[in-house]
Amino acid sequence: MAAQNIQKTEAYSRRKMQKRIKKLEDEACKYNQIKTPTNIAFNIILTILSLICVIPFIFVIIISFTDESSLAMNGYRFIPEKLSFYAYEYIISAGENILKSYGVTILITVVGTIIGLLLTGTYAYALSRKTYAYRKFFTTVITIPMLFGGGMIANYLIVTKVLMLKDSLWALILPLCLNSFNIIVLRTFFKTSIPDAVVESAKIDGASEWRLFFQIVIPMALPGLATIGLFLTLGYWNDWFNAMMYMDNKDLIPLQYLLIQIESSIDWLANNKATMGVDGIMAAANMPKETIKMAIVV
Amino acid sequence: MKADTKKAGKPKGNFLSRLKANKELLILSMPGAIWFLFFAYLPLFGILVAFKKFRLSGDGFFYNLFTSETVWFDNFKFLFSSGDAWIIVRNTVLYNLTFIILGVAVPVVLALLLNEIKNKGMMKIYQSSMFLPYFLSWVVVSYCVFAFLNPEKGYFNAIIQQFGGDPVSWYTETKFWPFIIIFMSQWKGMGYNTVVYLASICGIDKTYYEAAVLDGASKWQQIKYITLPLLKPVITILLIMSVGGIFKADFGLFYQLPKNSGPLYPVTNVLDTYIFRALKTSGEIGMSSAAALFQSTVGFVLIMIANKIVSKVDNENALF
Repeated sequence: MAAQNIQKTEAYSRRKMQKRIKKLEDEACKYNQIKTPTNIAFNIILTILSLICVIPFIFVIIISFTDESSLAMNGYRFIPEKLSFYAYEYIISAGENILKSYGVTILITVVGTIIGLLLTGTYAYALSRKTYAYRKFFTTVITIPMLFGGGMIANYLIVTKVLMLKDSLWALILPLCLNSFNIIVLRTFFKTSIPDAVVESAKIDGASEWRLFFQIVIPMALPGLATIGLFLTLGYWNDWFNAMMYMDNKDLIPLQYLLIQIESSIDWLANNKATMGVDGIMAAANMPKETIKMAIVV
Repeated sequence: MKADTKKAGKPKGNFLSRLKANKELLILSMPGAIWFLFFAYLPLFGILVAFKKFRLSGDGFFYNLFTSETVWFDNFKFLFSSGDAWIIVRNTVLYNLTFIILGVAVPVVLALLLNEIKNKGMMKIYQSSMFLPYFLSWVVVSYCVFAFLNPEKGYFNAIIQQFGGDPVSWYTETKFWPFIIIFMSQWKGMGYNTVVYLASICGIDKTYYEAAVLDGASKWQQIKYITLPLLKPVITILLIMSVGGIFKADFGLFYQLPKNSGPLYPVTNVLDTYIFRALKTSGEIGMSSAAALFQSTVGFVLIMIANKIVSKVDNENALF
C-alpha cells in the first residue's frame, strides 16, 4: 500500500514538474512569435487558399442536388433554385453499372492493398536487416527502376502479351501494388523504429525470420505500415489509367473509369442537358470515402 | 546509399553457406523481387521495340520481337520529322520547369506561413483543407473544373455575362490553358508538398531558434539563416528527382482535365499523352515506343547530370 502511495505521489509531482516546464517553454516561445497584424495577414492568405481548395468540391455536391430543370434554365449556381434528390434516386434504382463498378473498385482496393502491404513489408524488412548478405544487390534491384523504365508501351506489351492479363482484374491490381518509393520509405521506418536489440534478442530466443516479421516487426511498425497502406488504398481507389489501358470488359470497370466512359459516351460538348446532374453526382458519390480517408490522415 | 552498403554483412565462407545463412530473408524478399522482374525488368526488353518494325501477331511477344525487322533509328527519324515532336517536347519541358520551380517555392512558403501561425487549431484546419485535392483523382477534379468552365452553364461564363462580357468557349480556346493547367497542378499538389516541408521544419531542433532569439535575430533572419539552410537537403533531393522527371508528364492532368479536347492539343499535348494516343488510336507501336525510349533516356541522363552538379557544389546533399 505504502509503496503504491509513494509511486502515486511521485507520478503526481513528475506531472506537475512537466506542466511547469511546459509553461516556461510556452513563455519563452512568446518572445519568438510574430506580431498580431502579421498573424492576421497570414491567416487571411491561408484561409483564401483553403477555400480555393475546398470550394470546387462543394460546388459539385451542390450541383448534384440541384433540380434538373432549373439546371437547364440557369446553369450551375451556388444557390440552387430547387433541390432534388433525383440523381441519387436514379443511381440507386437504375445504376446497376455503377454499383458493379463500386464492387470492382472496392475489391481491387482491398485485395491490392493487402497484397501490396505484404510485398512491400517483406521486401523492406529484408532490406532493413543489417545481417542480410544480399542487401546491396536487392537495393540495386529497386533503385534501377526508379531511374530508368521501359515506358508506357513496353509495360503495355508485357502485361497484355507476356503476362496475358488483359481484361483480368489482376491487370488492375498487380501493376500498382509495389514501388521502389514505398519500399524505401518503409525500410527507413523499420530501421529507425525497430531497435536492433529487439531483433537480436528474438533471434537468441530462437525465433525464425518469419516469426520475427509477423509477430514482432509488424506490430511494432504499424504506423509506418498504415502510411503505406493509405498510399496504396488511395492509388487503387483513384486509379483509372490501368483500366483505360488494360480493361475492355464492361463488367469489370472500376468507378473512376466508368466516370470517364459516361462522359465520353454522351458527347459532352454538344448535349449535356440531362446528364450533368447525374455526372456531378457521381463525382460527389466518390466523396464519402474520400472524407473518411481524410479523417484517417488528420 | 554507399554508407548503408558498407555496413552490410561481409561474405563469410563460400557461396552455399552464405545462401543458407540468409535463406529465410532471401525467401522474404523473393516475392517483391519477382514482382520487380516482371513489372520493371521485363519491360526493359520492350525498349527494343523502338528499333524494330514491330507487328503483333498471334505468336507471342518475344517471338514477334525477335522476328520483326530491325530498322534501327528509322522510328526516331520519323518521330522527329513530324512537326508535332517539337511542340510536344516544348510543352513537356516548359510545363515541367514551371512545375518544378513552383513546386518548391509555393509549398516552402506555405509551410513557413503555417509554421508561424499562432493558433495551432487553425493550422490543422488549413492543412487538412489544402490536403483535400490530393485525395481526388484527376477524373473527379476534371468534373469540378468542368462545373466552372462549362461553356453553356459554367459558373465563370455566368459571371462574365453578368458583367456584360461575351461567354468564353473554355474548352476550345488555347490561350487560357497554360494557366489553368499550371494552377490546377499546384492546386492538387500543394497540400501534400506543404506537409512534407512542414514535417521537416518541425523536425528542426528548437534550440537553434532559442539561441538565435537570445542573439537578437528577427523572425526573417531566423528563416533565412536557420530554417532554409536546414531545409536544403530535402529540397535538393526532391529537386534532383523532379529534374529526372522533366520529360514525364502527369497523364491525368493533361488528358482528363482538358477532356481530351482536340482544339487544345497545341497547348496540352505532352509526351505521355502523345504516346498514349499513338498507341490507342493509330496503333503506331514503333514510333510511340521510340518516343517512350527518348523520354526515359533523357530523364536518366538529366538525373545523372543533376546529381553530378549537386555533388560538385555540395557533396553532402547528393543522392548517390
